[in-house]
Amino acid sequence: MPRPVATLDGNEAVAQVAYRLNEVIAIYPITPSSAMGEWADAWSASGIPNIWGTVPSVVEMQSEGGAAGAVHGALQAGSLTTTFTASQGLLLMLPNMYKIAGELTPAVFHIAARSVAAQALSIFGDHSDVMSARMTGYAFLASASVQEAQDFALIAQAATMRSRIPFVHFFDGFRTSHEVAKIELLDDDDLRAMIDDELMMAHRQHGLSPEHPVIRGTAQNPDVFFQARETVNHFYAQCPDIVQTAMNQFAELTGRQYHLYEYHGAPDAERVIVLMGSGCEAAHETVDALLAQGEKVGVVKVRLYRPFDVSRFVEVLPTTTQAIAVLDRTKEPGSSGEPLYLDCVAALHESGLATLPVVVGGRYGLSSKEFTPAMIKGVFDHLKLEQPKNHFTVGINDDVTHTSIDYDPNFSIESPLVTRALFYGLGADGTVGANKNSIKIIGENTDNYAQGYFVYDSKKSGAVTISHLRFGPKPIRASYLLSRANFVACHQPIFLTRFEMLDELEDGGTFLLNTAYGPDEVWDTLPQNVQEQIINKHLKFYVIDAYQVANEAKMGKRINTIMQTCFFAISGVLPQDQAIEAIKDSIRYTYGKKGEVVVEMNLAAVDQTLAHLYEVTVPQRVTSNVQLGAVVSATAPEFVQDVIGAMIARKGDMLPVSAMPIDGTYPSGTTQYEKRNLALEIPVWDPEVCIQCGKCAMVCPHAVIRIKAYEPSLLESAPPTFLATPVRDKDWEGLQYTIQVAPEDCTGCGICVDVCPAKNKSAVGRKALNMEAQPPLLEQERENWDFFLGLPEMDRRHIKVSSIRQQQVQQPLFEFSGACEGCGETPYVKLMTQLFGDRAIVANATGCSSIYGGNLPTTPWTHNAHGRGPAWANSLFEDNAEFGLGMRVALDKQLEFAGELLRQQSDSVGSGLVDALLTAPQTNEAEIYEQRERVAILKQRLADVRTAQAQLLLNLADNFVKRSLWIIGGDGWAYDIGFGGLDHVLASGRNVNILVLDTEVYSNTGGQASKATPRAAVAKFASGGKRASKKDLGMVAMNYGNVYVASVAMGAKDEHTLRAFLEAEAYEGPSLIIAYSHCIAHGIDMRTAMQNQKAAVDAGRWLLYRYHPDRVEEGQNPLILDSRAPRIPVQQYMYMENRFKMLTKSDPEAARTLLGDAQHDVSVRWGLYDYLASRSYRKSNGNSEE
Amino acid sequence: MADLQTSYLGMTLRNPLVPSASPLAEHIDTIKQMEDAGAGAVVLHSLFEEQLTLEALELDHHMTFGTDSFAEALSYFPEPDTFRLGPDAYLDHIRKAKEAVDIPIIASLNGSSTGGWTNFAWLMEQAGADALELNLYAIPTDADLTGAEVEERYLQVVRNVKAKVSIPVAVKVGPYFSNMANMAKRFSEAGADGLVLFNRFYQPDIDLDELRVVPNILLSTSYDLRLPLRWIAILYGRTSLSLAATSGIHELQDVIKVLMVGANVTMMAAALFHHGVDYLRTMESGLQEWLETNEYVSVKQMQGSMSQIHVDNPSAFERAQYMRALATYQLPKDRISGFFDNE
Repeated sequence: MPRPVATLDGNEAVAQVAYRLNEVIAIYPITPSSAMGEWADAWSASGIPNIWGTVPSVVEMQSEGGAAGAVHGALQAGSLTTTFTASQGLLLMLPNMYKIAGELTPAVFHIAARSVAAQALSIFGDHSDVMSARMTGYAFLASASVQEAQDFALIAQAATMRSRIPFVHFFDGFRTSHEVAKIELLDDDDLRAMIDDELMMAHRQHGLSPEHPVIRGTAQNPDVFFQARETVNHFYAQCPDIVQTAMNQFAELTGRQYHLYEYHGAPDAERVIVLMGSGCEAAHETVDALLAQGEKVGVVKVRLYRPFDVSRFVEVLPTTTQAIAVLDRTKEPGSSGEPLYLDCVAALHESGLATLPVVVGGRYGLSSKEFTPAMIKGVFDHLKLEQPKNHFTVGINDDVTHTSIDYDPNFSIESPLVTRALFYGLGADGTVGANKNSIKIIGENTDNYAQGYFVYDSKKSGAVTISHLRFGPKPIRASYLLSRANFVACHQPIFLTRFEMLDELEDGGTFLLNTAYGPDEVWDTLPQNVQEQIINKHLKFYVIDAYQVANEAKMGKRINTIMQTCFFAISGVLPQDQAIEAIKDSIRYTYGKKGEVVVEMNLAAVDQTLAHLYEVTVPQRVTSNVQLGAVVSATAPEFVQDVIGAMIARKGDMLPVSAMPIDGTYPSGTTQYEKRNLALEIPVWDPEVCIQCGKCAMVCPHAVIRIKAYEPSLLESAPPTFLATPVRDKDWEGLQYTIQVAPEDCTGCGICVDVCPAKNKSAVGRKALNMEAQPPLLEQERENWDFFLGLPEMDRRHIKVSSIRQQQVQQPLFEFSGACEGCGETPYVKLMTQLFGDRAIVANATGCSSIYGGNLPTTPWTHNAHGRGPAWANSLFEDNAEFGLGMRVALDKQLEFAGELLRQQSDSVGSGLVDALLTAPQTNEAEIYEQRERVAILKQRLADVRTAQAQLLLNLADNFVKRSLWIIGGDGWAYDIGFGGLDHVLASGRNVNILVLDTEVYSNTGGQASKATPRAAVAKFASGGKRASKKDLGMVAMNYGNVYVASVAMGAKDEHTLRAFLEAEAYEGPSLIIAYSHCIAHGIDMRTAMQNQKAAVDAGRWLLYRYHPDRVEEGQNPLILDSRAPRIPVQQYMYMENRFKMLTKSDPEAARTLLGDAQHDVSVRWGLYDYLASRSYRKSNGNSEE
Repeated sequence: MADLQTSYLGMTLRNPLVPSASPLAEHIDTIKQMEDAGAGAVVLHSLFEEQLTLEALELDHHMTFGTDSFAEALSYFPEPDTFRLGPDAYLDHIRKAKEAVDIPIIASLNGSSTGGWTNFAWLMEQAGADALELNLYAIPTDADLTGAEVEERYLQVVRNVKAKVSIPVAVKVGPYFSNMANMAKRFSEAGADGLVLFNRFYQPDIDLDELRVVPNILLSTSYDLRLPLRWIAILYGRTSLSLAATSGIHELQDVIKVLMVGANVTMMAAALFHHGVDYLRTMESGLQEWLETNEYVSVKQMQGSMSQIHVDNPSAFERAQYMRALATYQLPKDRISGFFDNE
């Protein structure tokens, strides 16, 4: 009987096998492997058994280090155990991997291989992580496609149990882990056939048991360690045979025969490429194409990388081979070659061949850089040279050290038998989901093979998605993006002026456009190059007003079903009637569990679509002179125009090595040049209604609402529509006041309008800010914004920072980030930069804040007109507190040294200045201003002093201005992976400010539970609702007594937030601010999210408090409880949020129980804090008493 | 002992004391307490048409919002195999209530459209409901929609529901019809088995601090009884429909009054919120005592005894009575100065 086929991605394919073959699974989220853990957790929660009939235990750990420890423990206790990880996660597992291998313990780690952060982090795929683990003693098995990833998951498990050598099974992150493909599934019988119960029991028997106690993990000495290390040799020697045997057995079962080293190509090949991973697939089909052209080429696919079987590797090479290129998807700087290259060279050297072929090594595909047939052909062509370049690179232009080889980018082997479709969509419109669905429909309703790969945006808001779909009668090996399409769909008309999307469309292809214009009027709305290409390429051109159809079907902005229906209606991949019925079936299946109304809505959309889909009669005349817009303004700095501009224009692949900063250092303040124009509506200020409270600017997540107060005379040159009104604050009497919106940077989240407390007295539905359509306002507001930027910033010495209405005129030095629309974290970050940014250094943990804060092309941390602003760096996820502490220690040391030098220079700079510099209090902006003046004088006086000491001092002079050190990260860092370090830093007593942006889940990786997740919330890894209560991080910190701690929620009490920031920074010791940050992962309306913050506080679910150690000295209780006793039941707050509410739909009984527990948590915690805050610290007889 | 039994929608109840649809019936324990305290039947809390639609749309929105946009976070929630959406939880509740008590369980369905939600009536019957209370609640704001169209829509809902179930159906409506008597007749013709008089439309209020329109739930008072009292008195004997009085039944006297004008049952919620479910026990014993004291042998003997057709002055329930009331009305003396002094 044929096995079932399914269309799924690599992660799911692997997880399905790994889950069924293990008893314990220890997980921790990291891109791109997170989904494997999520699947395992979901299946476990649903009670799905493994092949032995028991449901695997899935445990989420606090880090990958923790996961590896748990895996090691579970293995030692005799359970079959697995884990999933990538990149830094794998690096955190290394110590345990040595142990697990050293103890000859069978296990498979499934790795979605990803770049390891170097000059920058990258979430994308290459082999730098697995190569960093190659010396651990694990066996390494590389799969190259979704089908192989599934198959090798089983082969690896069979081989580890037979060989006792633990395996890393790896496949390329994103390219394989996220590619959706049609594969043949393995059923339980296949798994049982490959896995011997005897070996499972042997593993169990080998586990620790008091019935037969042993000691494992001894400490050995110089006398025996070495010999003991050599005991394992024959296990490694046998391992390749064991793997090949398992592959042979697998072939008998399934018909799919794999080999450790698999040659494909001409039997008499002269030129051969050797590589691992998904690149093998592209090489395979390129070789086929070149063979057809008579070339003598071939490819060796390395499956088993460790133990490296020299003889088998050499055996598969045709004896005719004259030149070999070994391609590594990693870089080992300073080495004599990359790892696979060195292994191959050594193997050939040891082979005893009479004549060795020429062997060169090359690097390709780092961080999912495209690896195309054109590049592969380039490598083969390169091998024709008499002296091919060694240690070359392919796919980039290295114009510095000239490592790169040339290739013809126009070479393509796309098959005419394959339907190739490109879809340009927005994340919010559901394009990707619809395409995944289409692949399923085609894959599962026809004999066609199907493949989908999706390219996402670097920004979280207004994210553009590009879907690459292939369908064809033969297996699809194209492990690269479409370069030639026969169908292109543009789901957002604005993209036409941003991307040259028809470049990839072939002659006679089909172009589908979602537009508000009908078939008779659309032509004149198209840009010139689009018109030209439609005519010149003889394209078939269709239009649909998908938003109108969606609107009528009450689907809002979700045009997924509509555009999917259009695709099927005109692409011809399926007969139209059959396709429509399949879409409808799929809708019933997909949405059925979400209620009849949702199903009906989508079905209605399908029916309506065909009536609104029109073919356009293409005029044979270009009528447009609209050109693609410039990506950055002509006034931007050169680097921004040339380098960052290219990245924005999606032409970053074309940038040569020479364009790139050598050490990962980038200028700050570049988001201002990327005008994304995301908002359909923007807030418009009504000065008549405004009470000038400043709240709108404070909550704006994107720093697009700015306030300035300035001299009236400056208005003389104002644009005609520029709005101004007299300042209401008495301190600034006589000045004019403006709230201005950056129209092209606003995301239209509307949170400012929601918090605006000023209502129009004649129509209370309107406020001092009202959302209005952006396009008609764009020109005038762009002019107003430019004028506004030109107005002077207010002298910081004249701003009362404790008052929000004044404080909010401070310039934000964090602006226009790519965070989600309405983000709950960024207002806190921005506030910090307004208050302290011009003297701040930031250590930022990996997570949302490092992504919206540091993901190229443009970054939001910026500087003021004096060039001062936050200096920002990201180290890792797990070490951010330590990273920040290191900075603090360095700054303190520098200041200390500067002080020593300054005293030595007293004669040359003057003792008065020395004393003033060393004793300046610097507690407010005026004092800091004065200190800056002193530093300027010091520099002047030192300039002419030519001694070495003086120059050293000059080098450190800026350090006399107080530095504000901020350690910023999310709850995943602070509560889980970085908690040990955080705890240590809190205990250090150093003057650091720690800001925890507490979204109560791992937001950046898609909402996995952390120890900050509240009880009863549903999150990934807590799909049945979190059973344990939220960890009280503030209480932990308060235990030390000398840590300033504040728990804040801007939406509940913004003055309290401001006060906490000021106090924390002023406190001369460690400070911890735990900031409630609403999040898209809460399942809330982001526009009104500040109301959720308020409700959380009103319910007592989130407490507002400050713990100020200095108060003890004054005989006061250090803990000040700033929120009132709970005023609403916790249920009222919780069921405003899907994370809590969905449990009432998925498991009502559990929801009821957990709701009761959650209410109990609140009551108990409130009682405790109330008690602690009410204790007396009044001093008597020199002792404090309670 | 006087016989407290009454018949309602063709069912025989031990007494005419029935807790009306309210959140009290959301808990099986409370329903058991109601039975123990002497309830004749229980009307479950309402299943709202809009609630089901909204919940499904909300869930779909939140499960998909922000998904497939950013490479690291392609979704934000785990996707359970099933959701208990739609009427599932409510139907379960009916089943559990039926298992827990012996008294009739009347399911309550609240909506106003003629859409597919009327299928829920059938599901409620399958789940074991003894009867159905159809709560027709709509505030038409479309100036082009005529009263006749609204009435026809209501009647169509009743017809739809009746076509789907064989259990009795009571229709709960508000008093805002041009001719309640005519509507009662047409509801009867549409298949209704009873009328529940009257629904209380919760009226919004204004929060002057926040300048917001806010929902404002005011529990009924005994005064609210007057409206159902009048209409039950008028309808009694003129229709074959069972009549339930609801709104404003707080005191024993209230119960007795509406029984006398012709109610088959008396429904209360506010009084139970106020006094607790055990208040039913007080009411039942009070009713028993009153009947005995006043030498009635049964509730049935009393039912309709003061309906319009049985009183000596039928016009007391009509407009003429209004004229008389005004003519005899005297302002309290302490208010007179206020009226005339423009204070």
